[in-house]
Amino acid sequence: MSTIEARFKIQRESFTLDVDFTIPTRGVTALFGPSGCGKTTLLRAIAGLEATPHGYLRVGDAIWQQQTHFIPPHQRPVGYVFQEPSLFAHLNVLNNLKYGQKRIPVAEQRISLDHAINLLGIEHLLMRSPAQLSGGEQQRVAIARALAVSPHILLMDEPLSALDHQRKQEILPYLESLHDELNIPLLYVSHSPEEVARLADQLIYLEGGKITASAPVEQILTQLDLPLAHGDEAKALIHAQVSHHDDHYKLTHLSFSGGAFAVAQKQFAIGHPVRLQVAARDVSLTLERQSGTSILNIFPATIEEIVDESPSQKMVRIRVGDAILLSRITRKSASQLRLTPGKAVYAQIKSVALLS
Amino acid sequence: MISSTDLTALLITFKLAAITTLVLLLLGTPLAWWLSRSRWRYKFLIEAVVALPLILPPTVLGFYLLVMIGPHGPLGQLSAMAGFQPLAFTFTGLVVGSVFYSLPFVVQPLQGAFTAIGQRPLEVAATLRASPLDRFLTVVMPLARPGFLTAAVLGFAHTVGEFGVVLMIGGNIPGETQVLSIAIYDHVEMLEYGQAHWLSGGLLLLSFLLLITVYGINRRFSVVQP
Repeated sequence: MSTIEARFKIQRESFTLDVDFTIPTRGVTALFGPSGCGKTTLLRAIAGLEATPHGYLRVGDAIWQQQTHFIPPHQRPVGYVFQEPSLFAHLNVLNNLKYGQKRIPVAEQRISLDHAINLLGIEHLLMRSPAQLSGGEQQRVAIARALAVSPHILLMDEPLSALDHQRKQEILPYLESLHDELNIPLLYVSHSPEEVARLADQLIYLEGGKITASAPVEQILTQLDLPLAHGDEAKALIHAQVSHHDDHYKLTHLSFSGGAFAVAQKQFAIGHPVRLQVAARDVSLTLERQSGTSILNIFPATIEEIVDESPSQKMVRIRVGDAILLSRITRKSASQLRLTPGKAVYAQIKSVALLS
Repeated sequence: MISSTDLTALLITFKLAAITTLVLLLLGTPLAWWLSRSRWRYKFLIEAVVALPLILPPTVLGFYLLVMIGPHGPLGQLSAMAGFQPLAFTFTGLVVGSVFYSLPFVVQPLQGAFTAIGQRPLEVAATLRASPLDRFLTVVMPLARPGFLTAAVLGFAHTVGEFGVVLMIGGNIPGETQVLSIAIYDHVEMLEYGQAHWLSGGLLLLSFLLLITVYGINRRFSVVQP
């Protein structure tokens, strides 16, 4: 499998970026971490926008940087979406889109302008000037413009962070369709757990310029030694697929290795892959399978790890089949149920969110 | 009415201003670009040199230029060795003097316009496959258009109004180096107020029209650009 291999050491005033990693060149990799941890610097170094005297970068078979060998940014087959839309003010939307597209050889054009325009839903904006667009529209144009150069890798620097909640919700579906429709690896800088859970396949966790974890996203979200697995927003991610529709009760069953979730009916074909998000606060644990409960989604599970969450709460990592879930319970319950790693329990899941 | 010597002076003035502006745009653009992008710690020294003509009496500038390009000056000797005519009291000498004299009026608006563009549009263009020259031509030039217009008009207008430098290094040779401002001075000296009025009024009107055009066009630009 083709990979991206990178080693950078970049000195900055507030931190030193010192990373060495290899990631697969497919799917979505999120560069995640608190602000000021070096995510953007790392992304810029990959694009060649950052002066990095000592670095190594290989993308697939091509070496982009090694000792004195440095391919300048305009010769790297990347698409880059900046934090602010950064459209050219002197060009209308169509000419913004064409700016990069007409600079690559026809033989390398794998994504047509029309395809990029359709994917981002900007057909009606083509003749406008950037100043006439909303922030969300501008960012969609910027994404389409980056796609139109048929990049071998798409680099996105918090493309949603400058937008309000509503605009984010407007763009996220387009990003998901990129993920599903285009076979281009995406490197995505984010500090939003929500975006990461929705989009990422794997996650590089950066802190103070260093990588503290690099693994599939479902693993990092539930790794109890990382901050993502704590707090009110702690969530687990499960990959499932549509197994059958219950037309009588209007439910859709989503199967995964530990069983099947029943959720309100969705218009998905059988076999359609979905991402499910289960919040730790929505998972309760019982020693026996409860009967006489309104909760539909109950699975046998094994406790893997228990850590203190707050003086009154514990965070429990449990395994259901091959999937990992988090459960946040009170310290009192943990003690009354005598929960210890290895113990068999039942996980009752109050609610589950379908991400895609 | 305007006499034929006055008309010649007018033509020489515009020819001088046009050539000077052209030379200044060609030399000033790379200089302004370097000033706007360089992080060299002694850059301020160059900036101070560029700004000198703003505060220096033109006669001082003219005097040193005369010394430089005169037959005994370093530039004069250089041009003599290269087989050229001495520059002093020639039209070419006037162009050289005017380029120095109007330098800040071209370089400073350009430098300001380039600085205002910032790094981001250039980075965007780089990730869209544009080479450095391509980026300059297709991103910097169009975005800095108001700056270029201001630089060209200020350079032109300032050269038209030149007096001291011309007098020092060009002399007052009708049909060769006599420009409008000196023709006006001559008329006043000889108490020909009527002709001085014609020329002065014409110059005033023209300068005003030029500036109205620049500010009008630049205002329209600023509406389009954030």
